[in-house]
Amino acid sequence: MGSRAAYVYVAPFFIIFAAMGLYPFLYTAWVSLHKVSLAKPNAMSWVGFANYSHLWSNHFFLNALKNTFTIGVISTVPQLLIALGVAHMLNYTMRWRTFFRVALILPYATSVAAATLVFSQIYSQQYGLANWVTGLFGVHNIDWLNNKWASQTAISTIVTWRWVGYNALIYLAGMQAIPGDLYESAVIDGASRWQQFRFVTLPGLRPTILFTVIISTIGATQLFAEPLLYGSGKPNGGGLNQFQTLGLLMYQQGWANRNLGLAATTAWTIFLLIVVLVLVNVFVMRRITRESKG
Amino acid sequence: MAAMTTTAPAVRRSRSGRSGQAGGQQRAGKFTYFLIAIITLLSIFPLYWTLVSGSHTNAQMAETPPPFVPTGDFFHNLSMAMQRQDLWRALLNSTIVATVVAVSNVLFCTLAGFAFAKLRFRGSNVLLMLVVGTLMVPLQVGIVPLFMLAAKYHMIGHLQAAIAPYLVSAFGVFLLRQYLIAALPTELVEAGWVDGASTFRIFRSIVLPIARPAMAVLAMFQFLMAWNDFFWPILVLNNRNPTVQVALNGMGTGYIPQTAVVMAATFFVTVPVLVAFGFLGKQIVGGIMQGAVKG
Repeated sequence: MGSRAAYVYVAPFFIIFAAMGLYPFLYTAWVSLHKVSLAKPNAMSWVGFANYSHLWSNHFFLNALKNTFTIGVISTVPQLLIALGVAHMLNYTMRWRTFFRVALILPYATSVAAATLVFSQIYSQQYGLANWVTGLFGVHNIDWLNNKWASQTAISTIVTWRWVGYNALIYLAGMQAIPGDLYESAVIDGASRWQQFRFVTLPGLRPTILFTVIISTIGATQLFAEPLLYGSGKPNGGGLNQFQTLGLLMYQQGWANRNLGLAATTAWTIFLLIVVLVLVNVFVMRRITRESKG
Repeated sequence: MAAMTTTAPAVRRSRSGRSGQAGGQQRAGKFTYFLIAIITLLSIFPLYWTLVSGSHTNAQMAETPPPFVPTGDFFHNLSMAMQRQDLWRALLNSTIVATVVAVSNVLFCTLAGFAFAKLRFRGSNVLLMLVVGTLMVPLQVGIVPLFMLAAKYHMIGHLQAAIAPYLVSAFGVFLLRQYLIAALPTELVEAGWVDGASTFRIFRSIVLPIARPAMAVLAMFQFLMAWNDFFWPILVLNNRNPTVQVALNGMGTGYIPQTAVVMAATFFVTVPVLVAFGFLGKQIVGGIMQGAVKG
Protein backbone atom coordinates (compact mmCIF):
# COMPACT_ATOMS: atom_id res chain seq x y z
CA MET A 1 0.00 0.00 0.00
CA GLY A 2 1.07 3.57 -0.61
CA SER A 3 4.01 2.57 -2.75
CA ARG A 4 4.09 5.68 -4.94
CA ALA A 5 3.45 8.03 -2.06
CA ALA A 6 6.26 6.51 -0.03
CA TYR A 7 8.87 7.87 -2.43
CA VAL A 8 7.42 11.35 -2.04
CA TYR A 9 7.82 10.97 1.71
CA VAL A 10 11.42 9.81 1.69
CA ALA A 11 12.57 11.97 -1.24
CA PRO A 12 13.16 15.29 0.60
CA PHE A 13 15.18 13.50 3.24
CA PHE A 14 17.27 11.49 0.79
CA ILE A 15 18.01 14.39 -1.53
CA ILE A 16 19.50 16.40 1.35
CA PHE A 17 21.04 13.32 2.92
CA ALA A 18 22.78 12.38 -0.33
CA ALA A 19 24.18 15.89 -0.80
CA MET A 20 25.16 16.66 2.78
CA GLY A 21 25.82 13.21 4.23
CA LEU A 22 26.71 10.52 1.73
CA TYR A 23 28.52 12.66 -0.82
CA PRO A 24 30.96 14.34 1.61
CA PHE A 25 31.59 11.02 3.34
CA LEU A 26 32.50 9.18 0.13
CA TYR A 27 34.16 12.14 -1.54
CA THR A 28 36.57 12.41 1.41
CA ALA A 29 38.18 9.18 0.24
CA TRP A 30 38.56 10.62 -3.27
CA VAL A 31 40.03 13.90 -2.01
CA SER A 32 42.51 11.98 0.14
CA LEU A 33 44.09 10.67 -3.07
CA HIS A 34 44.79 14.19 -4.28
CA LYS A 35 46.86 17.21 -3.50
CA VAL A 36 44.43 20.01 -2.66
CA SER A 37 45.31 23.40 -1.26
CA LEU A 38 43.07 25.53 0.93
CA ALA A 39 43.93 28.46 -1.35
CA LYS A 40 42.31 26.71 -4.34
CA PRO A 41 40.02 24.12 -2.76
CA ASN A 42 38.51 23.08 -6.08
CA ALA A 43 41.73 22.42 -7.98
CA MET A 44 42.85 18.85 -7.28
CA SER A 45 45.83 16.94 -8.61
CA TRP A 46 46.13 13.16 -8.35
CA VAL A 47 48.82 11.79 -6.03
CA GLY A 48 47.56 8.25 -5.40
CA PHE A 49 48.33 6.94 -1.93
CA ALA A 50 51.13 9.44 -1.28
CA ASN A 51 49.11 11.21 1.42
CA TYR A 52 48.59 7.91 3.23
CA SER A 53 52.20 6.83 3.17
CA HIS A 54 53.19 10.31 4.30
CA LEU A 55 50.63 10.39 7.10
CA TRP A 56 51.08 6.91 8.51
CA SER A 57 54.85 7.28 8.83
CA ASN A 58 54.53 10.78 10.19
CA HIS A 59 55.69 11.51 13.74
CA PHE A 60 52.89 14.03 14.32
CA PHE A 61 50.24 11.54 13.26
CA LEU A 62 51.55 8.79 15.53
CA ASN A 63 51.74 11.26 18.40
CA ALA A 64 48.16 12.44 17.80
CA LEU A 65 46.98 8.84 17.53
CA LYS A 66 48.57 8.01 20.88
CA ASN A 67 47.15 11.13 22.53
CA THR A 68 43.68 10.43 21.15
CA PHE A 69 43.92 6.94 22.61
CA THR A 70 45.18 7.94 26.06
CA ILE A 71 42.84 10.90 26.43
CA GLY A 72 40.03 8.67 25.15
CA VAL A 73 40.71 6.01 27.77
CA ILE A 74 41.15 8.35 30.73
CA SER A 75 38.01 10.25 29.82
CA THR A 76 35.71 7.41 28.74
CA VAL A 77 36.39 4.82 31.43
CA PRO A 78 35.85 7.02 34.52
CA GLN A 79 32.98 8.76 32.76
CA LEU A 80 31.00 5.57 32.21
CA LEU A 81 31.84 4.07 35.61
CA ILE A 82 30.74 7.22 37.45
CA ALA A 83 27.62 7.38 35.27
CA LEU A 84 26.76 3.81 36.21
CA GLY A 85 27.10 4.61 39.91
CA VAL A 86 25.06 7.79 39.57
CA ALA A 87 22.32 5.95 37.67
CA HIS A 88 22.20 3.33 40.40
CA MET A 89 21.71 6.07 42.99
CA LEU A 90 19.08 7.88 40.92
CA ASN A 91 17.16 4.63 40.67
CA TYR A 92 16.31 4.75 44.38
CA THR A 93 13.14 6.55 45.32
CA MET A 94 14.31 9.86 46.66
CA ARG A 95 13.15 13.39 47.28
CA TRP A 96 14.08 16.16 44.82
CA ARG A 97 14.69 13.54 42.15
CA THR A 98 13.75 15.87 39.31
CA PHE A 99 16.07 18.56 40.65
CA PHE A 100 18.98 16.10 40.80
CA ARG A 101 18.35 14.83 37.29
CA VAL A 102 18.08 18.29 35.76
CA ALA A 103 21.19 19.52 37.62
CA LEU A 104 23.14 16.49 36.43
CA ILE A 105 22.52 17.19 32.74
CA LEU A 106 23.31 20.91 32.90
CA PRO A 107 26.89 20.09 31.85
CA TYR A 108 25.57 18.20 28.82
CA ALA A 109 23.68 21.32 27.74
CA THR A 110 26.69 23.56 28.33
CA SER A 111 28.57 24.06 25.08
CA VAL A 112 31.97 22.45 24.78
CA ALA A 113 33.51 25.86 24.10
CA ALA A 114 32.06 27.38 27.27
CA ALA A 115 33.05 24.35 29.34
CA THR A 116 36.62 24.37 28.04
CA LEU A 117 37.08 28.09 28.70
CA VAL A 118 35.93 27.67 32.31
CA PHE A 119 38.10 24.63 32.91
CA SER A 120 41.07 26.41 31.35
CA GLN A 121 40.58 29.08 34.01
CA ILE A 122 40.27 26.43 36.74
CA TYR A 123 43.50 24.75 35.58
CA SER A 124 45.40 28.01 35.09
CA GLN A 125 48.78 27.65 36.72
CA GLN A 126 49.01 31.01 38.52
CA TYR A 127 45.41 31.74 39.43
CA GLY A 128 43.50 28.51 38.97
CA LEU A 129 41.29 26.80 41.48
CA ALA A 130 42.76 23.37 40.76
CA ASN A 131 46.18 24.28 42.08
CA TRP A 132 44.66 25.90 45.16
CA VAL A 133 42.82 22.63 45.91
CA THR A 134 45.88 20.43 45.31
CA GLY A 135 47.84 22.94 47.43
CA LEU A 136 45.56 22.13 50.36
CA PHE A 137 46.89 18.58 50.08
CA GLY A 138 50.48 19.73 49.85
CA VAL A 139 50.93 19.44 46.08
CA HIS A 140 51.93 22.79 44.65
CA ASN A 141 52.21 24.36 41.22
CA ILE A 142 51.18 21.56 38.91
CA ASP A 143 51.75 22.70 35.32
CA TRP A 144 48.36 21.71 33.90
CA LEU A 145 49.30 23.01 30.45
CA ASN A 146 52.85 21.92 29.69
CA ASN A 147 53.06 18.67 31.60
CA LYS A 148 51.85 15.92 29.30
CA TRP A 149 49.87 13.83 31.75
CA ALA A 150 48.55 16.81 33.69
CA SER A 151 47.25 18.43 30.50
CA GLN A 152 45.67 15.22 29.25
CA THR A 153 44.07 14.66 32.66
CA ALA A 154 42.71 18.20 32.63
CA ILE A 155 41.17 17.73 29.18
CA SER A 156 39.68 14.40 30.28
CA THR A 157 37.94 16.06 33.21
CA ILE A 158 36.22 18.44 30.77
CA VAL A 159 34.92 15.51 28.74
CA THR A 160 33.93 13.58 31.85
CA TRP A 161 32.20 16.58 33.38
CA ARG A 162 30.09 17.15 30.27
CA TRP A 163 29.00 13.55 29.69
CA VAL A 164 28.52 11.82 33.07
CA GLY A 165 24.96 13.08 33.58
CA TYR A 166 23.84 12.23 30.07
CA ASN A 167 25.16 8.68 30.29
CA ALA A 168 23.70 8.31 33.77
CA LEU A 169 20.23 9.07 32.37
CA ILE A 170 20.71 6.51 29.62
CA TYR A 171 21.73 3.88 32.17
CA LEU A 172 18.80 4.90 34.38
CA ALA A 173 16.39 4.36 31.46
CA GLY A 174 17.97 0.94 30.93
CA MET A 175 17.69 0.05 34.62
CA GLN A 176 14.03 0.98 34.73
CA ALA A 177 13.35 -1.35 31.81
CA ILE A 178 14.59 -4.34 33.84
CA PRO A 179 11.50 -6.22 35.10
CA GLY A 180 10.96 -5.82 38.84
CA ASP A 181 10.20 -9.51 39.42
CA LEU A 182 13.83 -10.36 38.56
CA TYR A 183 14.82 -8.39 41.66
CA GLU A 184 12.03 -10.01 43.68
CA SER A 185 13.25 -13.51 42.92
CA ALA A 186 16.83 -12.43 43.60
CA VAL A 187 15.75 -11.15 47.01
CA ILE A 188 13.93 -14.43 47.70
CA ASP A 189 17.17 -16.25 46.83
CA GLY A 190 18.88 -14.14 49.47
CA ALA A 191 20.86 -11.85 47.18
CA SER A 192 22.45 -8.80 48.79
CA ARG A 193 22.14 -5.35 47.22
CA TRP A 194 25.55 -5.73 45.62
CA GLN A 195 24.66 -9.18 44.28
CA GLN A 196 21.42 -7.78 42.85
CA PHE A 197 23.45 -5.11 41.09
CA ARG A 198 26.04 -7.60 39.89
CA PHE A 199 23.72 -10.40 38.73
CA VAL A 200 20.49 -8.61 37.77
CA THR A 201 21.24 -4.97 36.93
CA LEU A 202 24.52 -5.37 35.04
CA PRO A 203 23.38 -8.22 32.74
CA GLY A 204 20.14 -6.36 32.06
CA LEU A 205 22.10 -3.25 31.12
CA ARG A 206 24.48 -5.00 28.75
CA PRO A 207 23.00 -3.68 25.47
CA THR A 208 22.79 -0.19 26.96
CA ILE A 209 26.39 -0.36 28.13
CA LEU A 210 27.54 -1.48 24.69
CA PHE A 211 25.66 1.44 23.19
CA THR A 212 27.26 4.01 25.52
CA VAL A 213 30.71 2.49 25.03
CA ILE A 214 30.39 2.79 21.25
CA ILE A 215 29.02 6.33 21.39
CA SER A 216 31.75 7.45 23.81
CA THR A 217 34.44 5.76 21.72
CA ILE A 218 33.29 7.56 18.59
CA GLY A 219 33.13 10.79 20.57
CA ALA A 220 36.69 10.24 21.79
CA THR A 221 38.04 9.88 18.24
CA GLN A 222 36.42 13.25 17.40
CA LEU A 223 37.89 15.22 20.28
CA PHE A 224 38.60 18.68 18.92
CA ALA A 225 37.18 21.73 20.68
CA GLU A 226 38.61 20.80 24.08
CA PRO A 227 42.28 20.49 23.00
CA LEU A 228 41.94 23.51 20.66
CA LEU A 229 40.59 25.95 23.24
CA TYR A 230 42.60 24.44 26.10
CA GLY A 231 45.66 25.48 24.09
CA SER A 232 44.25 29.01 23.55
CA GLY A 233 43.10 28.24 20.01
CA LYS A 234 46.43 27.02 18.69
CA PRO A 235 46.16 23.89 16.56
CA ASN A 236 49.40 22.29 17.78
CA GLY A 237 47.90 21.00 21.04
CA GLY A 238 50.54 22.46 23.35
CA GLY A 239 54.16 23.41 22.71
CA LEU A 240 55.28 19.79 22.40
CA ASN A 241 51.99 18.59 20.87
CA GLN A 242 51.39 16.96 24.24
CA PHE A 243 47.62 17.04 23.84
CA GLN A 244 47.17 17.22 20.09
CA THR A 245 44.40 14.84 19.05
CA LEU A 246 43.61 13.46 15.58
CA GLY A 247 40.78 15.97 15.16
CA LEU A 248 43.12 18.80 16.02
CA LEU A 249 45.83 17.45 13.72
CA MET A 250 43.35 17.35 10.86
CA TYR A 251 42.44 20.98 11.54
CA GLN A 252 46.12 21.94 11.58
CA GLN A 253 46.82 20.11 8.32
CA GLY A 254 43.83 21.53 6.47
CA TRP A 255 43.32 24.99 7.84
CA ALA A 256 46.68 26.05 9.30
CA ASN A 257 49.03 24.30 6.84
CA ARG A 258 46.44 24.65 4.05
CA ASN A 259 46.76 21.04 2.90
CA LEU A 260 43.18 19.82 2.45
CA GLY A 261 44.26 16.58 0.76
CA LEU A 262 46.21 15.50 3.82
CA ALA A 263 43.36 16.58 6.10
CA ALA A 264 41.00 14.34 4.10
CA THR A 265 43.50 11.50 4.54
CA THR A 266 43.40 12.00 8.30
CA ALA A 267 39.59 12.17 8.20
CA TRP A 268 39.34 8.89 6.34
CA THR A 269 41.89 7.34 8.71
CA ILE A 270 39.72 8.44 11.64
CA PHE A 271 36.77 6.74 9.98
CA LEU A 272 38.71 3.48 9.56
CA LEU A 273 39.73 3.78 13.20
CA ILE A 274 36.09 4.12 14.24
CA VAL A 275 35.13 1.01 12.26
CA VAL A 276 37.90 -0.99 13.92
CA LEU A 277 37.06 0.29 17.40
CA VAL A 278 33.33 -0.43 17.03
CA LEU A 279 34.08 -3.96 15.85
CA VAL A 280 36.45 -4.48 18.79
CA ASN A 281 33.80 -3.21 21.21
CA VAL A 282 31.15 -5.53 19.80
CA PHE A 283 33.54 -8.46 19.80
CA VAL A 284 34.65 -7.91 23.40
CA MET A 285 31.04 -7.51 24.53
CA ARG A 286 30.09 -10.79 22.82
CA ARG A 287 32.98 -12.55 24.55
CA ILE A 288 31.91 -11.24 27.94
CA THR A 289 28.30 -12.27 27.33
CA ARG A 290 29.28 -15.76 26.25
CA GLU A 291 31.64 -16.27 29.18
CA SER A 292 29.10 -15.19 31.77
CA LYS A 293 26.50 -17.49 30.25
CA GLY A 294 28.75 -20.54 29.96
CA MET B 1 19.89 0.38 18.69
CA ALA B 2 19.18 -1.38 21.91
CA ALA B 3 18.05 1.48 24.06
CA MET B 4 15.38 2.54 21.62
CA THR B 5 12.35 1.06 23.38
CA THR B 6 10.83 4.53 23.94
CA THR B 7 7.92 4.72 26.34
CA ALA B 8 6.98 1.10 26.87
CA PRO B 9 9.34 0.34 29.81
CA ALA B 10 8.34 3.46 31.70
CA VAL B 11 4.69 2.48 31.51
CA ARG B 12 5.39 -1.06 32.64
CA ARG B 13 7.39 0.25 35.52
CA SER B 14 4.77 2.49 37.02
CA ARG B 15 2.34 -0.40 37.07
CA SER B 16 4.51 -3.09 38.61
CA GLY B 17 6.98 -0.92 40.53
CA ARG B 18 6.75 1.35 43.52
CA SER B 19 5.66 -1.54 45.73
CA GLY B 20 8.84 -1.34 47.78
CA GLN B 21 10.48 -4.69 47.32
CA ALA B 22 11.85 -4.47 43.77
CA GLY B 23 15.54 -3.62 43.47
CA GLY B 24 15.10 -0.30 41.73
CA GLN B 25 12.47 0.90 44.16
CA GLN B 26 14.34 0.91 47.44
CA ARG B 27 14.52 4.17 49.33
CA ALA B 28 17.69 6.15 49.17
CA GLY B 29 19.78 6.11 52.35
CA LYS B 30 21.60 9.06 53.87
CA PHE B 31 24.85 8.07 52.19
CA THR B 32 23.18 8.03 48.76
CA TYR B 33 21.82 11.53 49.36
CA PHE B 34 25.27 12.65 50.41
CA LEU B 35 26.97 11.24 47.30
CA ILE B 36 24.36 12.49 44.89
CA ALA B 37 24.53 15.93 46.48
CA ILE B 38 28.29 16.02 45.90
CA ILE B 39 27.94 14.94 42.27
CA THR B 40 25.23 17.55 41.75
CA LEU B 41 27.46 20.20 43.29
CA LEU B 42 30.32 19.22 40.96
CA SER B 43 27.94 19.45 38.00
CA ILE B 44 26.83 22.96 38.84
CA PHE B 45 30.05 24.36 40.28
CA PRO B 46 31.96 25.15 37.05
CA LEU B 47 28.97 27.19 35.86
CA TYR B 48 28.93 29.11 39.12
CA TRP B 49 32.69 29.51 38.88
CA THR B 50 32.28 31.20 35.49
CA LEU B 51 30.27 33.87 37.26
CA VAL B 52 32.84 34.19 40.08
CA SER B 53 35.87 34.40 37.81
CA GLY B 54 33.93 36.72 35.51
CA SER B 55 33.88 39.30 38.28
CA HIS B 56 37.45 39.26 39.56
CA THR B 57 40.82 40.36 38.19
CA ASN B 58 43.61 37.86 37.57
CA ALA B 59 45.35 39.13 40.71
CA GLN B 60 42.24 38.61 42.84
CA MET B 61 41.83 35.08 41.50
CA ALA B 62 45.43 34.31 42.44
CA GLU B 63 44.83 35.08 46.14
CA THR B 64 44.79 32.34 48.75
CA PRO B 65 42.04 31.38 49.27
CA PRO B 66 40.46 32.57 46.02
CA PRO B 67 37.22 34.59 46.13
CA PHE B 68 34.07 32.49 46.10
CA VAL B 69 31.38 35.12 45.58
CA PRO B 70 30.59 37.08 42.38
CA THR B 71 30.59 40.88 42.45
CA GLY B 72 29.14 43.75 40.44
CA ASP B 73 32.37 43.99 38.46
CA PHE B 74 30.90 41.20 36.37
CA PHE B 75 28.86 43.74 34.39
CA HIS B 76 31.90 45.89 33.74
CA ASN B 77 33.76 42.85 32.39
CA LEU B 78 30.75 41.87 30.34
CA SER B 79 30.64 45.28 28.65
CA MET B 80 34.37 44.94 27.93
CA ALA B 81 33.58 41.60 26.27
CA MET B 82 30.76 43.16 24.29
CA GLN B 83 33.24 45.63 22.79
CA ARG B 84 35.26 42.73 21.41
CA GLN B 85 32.48 40.45 20.24
CA ASP B 86 28.88 41.16 19.29
CA LEU B 87 27.39 38.70 21.76
CA TRP B 88 23.79 39.71 21.09
CA ARG B 89 24.31 39.04 17.40
CA ALA B 90 25.92 35.71 18.32
CA LEU B 91 22.89 34.73 20.40
CA LEU B 92 20.54 35.74 17.60
CA ASN B 93 22.56 33.82 14.99
CA SER B 94 22.75 30.71 17.15
CA THR B 95 19.00 30.87 17.72
CA ILE B 96 18.38 31.12 13.97
CA VAL B 97 20.76 28.27 13.11
CA ALA B 98 19.49 25.94 15.83
CA THR B 99 15.83 26.67 15.11
CA VAL B 100 16.13 26.07 11.37
CA VAL B 101 18.05 22.84 12.00
CA ALA B 102 15.49 21.59 14.53
CA VAL B 103 12.46 22.42 12.35
CA SER B 104 13.99 20.96 9.20
CA ASN B 105 14.99 17.75 10.97
CA VAL B 106 11.55 17.28 12.49
CA LEU B 107 9.82 17.88 9.18
CA PHE B 108 11.91 15.73 6.85
CA CYS B 109 12.74 12.98 9.32
CA THR B 110 9.12 12.52 10.37
CA LEU B 111 8.05 12.18 6.74
CA ALA B 112 10.74 9.62 5.99
CA GLY B 113 10.38 7.88 9.36
CA PHE B 114 6.66 7.35 8.71
CA ALA B 115 7.33 5.89 5.26
CA PHE B 116 9.90 3.47 6.66
CA ALA B 117 7.65 2.49 9.55
CA LYS B 118 4.32 1.94 7.82
CA LEU B 119 4.55 2.07 4.02
CA ARG B 120 5.81 -0.75 1.86
CA PHE B 121 7.84 0.27 -1.17
CA ARG B 122 10.52 -1.18 -3.40
CA GLY B 123 14.06 -0.45 -2.26
CA SER B 124 12.98 0.41 1.27
CA ASN B 125 15.35 -2.12 2.84
CA VAL B 126 18.36 -0.82 0.93
CA LEU B 127 17.50 2.79 1.73
CA LEU B 128 16.99 1.98 5.39
CA MET B 129 20.31 0.19 5.55
CA LEU B 130 21.92 3.29 4.10
CA VAL B 131 20.43 5.33 6.94
CA VAL B 132 21.34 2.89 9.70
CA GLY B 133 24.81 2.32 8.24
CA THR B 134 25.68 6.01 8.50
CA LEU B 135 24.27 6.44 12.02
CA MET B 136 27.74 6.06 13.45
CA VAL B 137 29.61 8.20 10.91
CA PRO B 138 30.39 11.60 12.43
CA LEU B 139 30.24 14.78 10.36
CA GLN B 140 33.95 15.32 10.94
CA VAL B 141 34.74 12.53 8.46
CA GLY B 142 33.15 14.49 5.62
CA ILE B 143 34.24 17.93 6.72
CA VAL B 144 36.80 18.54 3.94
CA PRO B 145 34.37 18.04 1.01
CA LEU B 146 31.72 20.01 2.91
CA PHE B 147 34.15 22.87 3.21
CA MET B 148 35.02 22.62 -0.49
CA LEU B 149 31.29 22.79 -1.28
CA ALA B 150 30.79 25.82 0.94
CA ALA B 151 33.74 27.55 -0.73
CA LYS B 152 32.53 26.66 -4.21
CA TYR B 153 29.08 28.13 -3.62
CA HIS B 154 30.46 31.22 -1.81
CA MET B 155 28.68 30.39 1.43
CA ILE B 156 31.65 31.05 3.72
CA GLY B 157 30.69 33.68 6.28
CA HIS B 158 26.96 33.12 5.84
CA LEU B 159 24.64 31.31 8.24
CA GLN B 160 23.43 29.02 5.44
CA ALA B 161 26.83 27.36 5.53
CA ALA B 162 26.48 26.57 9.23
CA ILE B 163 22.97 25.19 8.70
CA ALA B 164 23.19 23.14 5.50
CA PRO B 165 25.05 20.00 6.69
CA TYR B 166 22.62 19.57 9.58
CA LEU B 167 19.28 19.91 7.78
CA VAL B 168 18.52 16.21 8.13
CA SER B 169 19.96 13.38 10.22
CA ALA B 170 19.99 9.62 9.93
CA PHE B 171 19.38 9.57 13.67
CA GLY B 172 16.11 11.47 13.22
CA VAL B 173 14.73 9.06 10.63
CA PHE B 174 15.71 6.11 12.76
CA LEU B 175 14.21 7.61 15.92
CA LEU B 176 10.89 8.41 14.24
CA ARG B 177 10.74 5.04 12.50
CA GLN B 178 11.27 3.11 15.74
CA TYR B 179 8.77 5.28 17.55
CA LEU B 180 6.05 5.00 14.91
CA ILE B 181 6.43 1.24 14.51
CA ALA B 182 5.51 0.90 18.18
CA ALA B 183 3.12 3.82 18.67
CA LEU B 184 1.15 3.97 15.42
CA PRO B 185 -1.33 1.09 14.95
CA THR B 186 -1.22 -0.17 11.35
CA GLU B 187 -5.01 -0.67 11.45
CA LEU B 188 -5.41 3.07 11.94
CA VAL B 189 -3.49 3.79 8.74
CA GLU B 190 -5.40 1.06 6.92
CA ALA B 191 -8.72 2.46 8.10
CA GLY B 192 -7.67 5.75 6.61
CA TRP B 193 -6.99 4.10 3.26
CA VAL B 194 -10.35 2.33 3.32
CA ASP B 195 -12.09 5.63 4.00
CA GLY B 196 -10.38 6.99 0.91
CA ALA B 197 -8.10 9.47 2.68
CA SER B 198 -5.00 10.54 0.74
CA THR B 199 -1.58 9.64 2.11
CA PHE B 200 -1.04 13.29 2.91
CA ARG B 201 -4.32 13.44 4.80
CA ILE B 202 -3.40 10.32 6.77
CA PHE B 203 -0.04 11.84 7.60
CA ARG B 204 -1.54 15.08 8.83
CA SER B 205 -4.53 13.75 10.77
CA ILE B 206 -3.27 10.39 12.06
CA VAL B 207 0.53 10.28 12.03
CA LEU B 208 1.42 13.79 13.19
CA PRO B 209 -0.62 13.78 16.42
CA ILE B 210 0.80 10.38 17.39
CA ALA B 211 4.38 11.24 16.43
CA ARG B 212 4.43 14.46 18.44
CA PRO B 213 6.38 13.19 21.50
CA ALA B 214 9.15 11.74 19.33
CA MET B 215 9.19 14.91 17.23
CA ALA B 216 9.67 16.96 20.39
CA VAL B 217 12.58 14.74 21.48
CA LEU B 218 14.19 15.07 18.06
CA ALA B 219 13.72 18.84 18.02
CA MET B 220 15.34 19.11 21.44
CA PHE B 221 18.34 16.96 20.47
CA GLN B 222 18.95 18.73 17.17
CA PHE B 223 18.51 22.22 18.62
CA LEU B 224 21.04 21.51 21.34
CA MET B 225 23.43 19.82 18.90
CA ALA B 226 23.28 22.76 16.48
CA TRP B 227 23.60 25.30 19.28
CA ASN B 228 26.69 23.64 20.72
CA ASP B 229 28.35 22.52 17.49
CA PHE B 230 31.89 23.84 17.23
CA PHE B 231 34.20 22.46 14.53
CA TRP B 232 32.08 23.19 11.47
CA PRO B 233 30.92 26.72 12.40
CA ILE B 234 34.45 27.91 13.22
CA LEU B 235 35.51 26.79 9.74
CA VAL B 236 32.76 28.56 7.81
CA LEU B 237 31.84 31.54 10.01
CA ASN B 238 33.93 34.38 11.38
CA ASN B 239 33.80 37.10 14.02
CA ARG B 240 31.87 39.49 11.81
CA ASN B 241 28.85 37.19 11.76
CA PRO B 242 29.39 34.68 14.57
CA THR B 243 27.29 32.12 16.34
CA VAL B 244 27.79 31.76 20.08
CA GLN B 245 30.47 29.11 19.69
CA VAL B 246 32.33 31.11 17.05
CA ALA B 247 32.28 34.14 19.35
CA LEU B 248 33.59 32.04 22.25
CA ASN B 249 36.29 30.66 20.01
CA GLY B 250 37.26 34.24 19.18
CA MET B 251 37.38 35.12 22.88
CA GLY B 252 39.45 32.07 23.76
CA THR B 253 41.86 32.50 20.88
CA GLY B 254 42.86 36.15 20.92
CA TYR B 255 45.10 37.51 23.64
CA ILE B 256 42.95 39.04 26.36
CA PRO B 257 44.92 40.19 29.41
CA GLN B 258 42.04 39.81 31.88
CA THR B 259 40.52 36.31 31.95
CA ALA B 260 37.46 37.82 33.66
CA VAL B 261 36.37 39.34 30.33
CA VAL B 262 36.34 35.91 28.67
CA MET B 263 34.53 34.39 31.64
CA ALA B 264 31.87 37.11 31.68
CA ALA B 265 31.18 36.49 28.00
CA THR B 266 31.08 32.75 28.57
CA PHE B 267 28.57 33.12 31.39
CA PHE B 268 26.43 35.56 29.44
CA VAL B 269 25.97 33.25 26.45
CA THR B 270 25.39 30.21 28.69
CA VAL B 271 22.57 31.86 30.66
CA PRO B 272 19.89 31.25 27.96
CA VAL B 273 20.64 27.53 28.09
CA LEU B 274 20.35 27.53 31.88
CA VAL B 275 17.05 29.45 31.74
CA ALA B 276 15.67 27.01 29.17
CA PHE B 277 16.58 24.19 31.51
CA GLY B 278 14.79 25.92 34.34
CA PHE B 279 11.58 25.78 32.33
CA LEU B 280 12.03 22.59 30.34
CA GLY B 281 14.40 20.55 32.52
CA LYS B 282 11.88 17.84 33.32
CA GLN B 283 10.89 17.40 29.66
CA ILE B 284 14.53 17.33 28.56
CA VAL B 285 15.36 14.63 31.11
CA GLY B 286 12.37 12.64 29.88
CA GLY B 287 13.48 13.18 26.28
CA ILE B 288 16.97 11.85 26.88
CA MET B 289 15.63 8.82 28.73
CA GLN B 290 13.05 8.06 26.05
CA GLY B 291 15.21 8.81 23.04
CA ALA B 292 18.24 7.25 24.69
CA VAL B 293 20.19 7.62 21.46
CA LYS B 294 22.45 10.41 20.33
CA GLY B 295 22.93 11.40 16.69
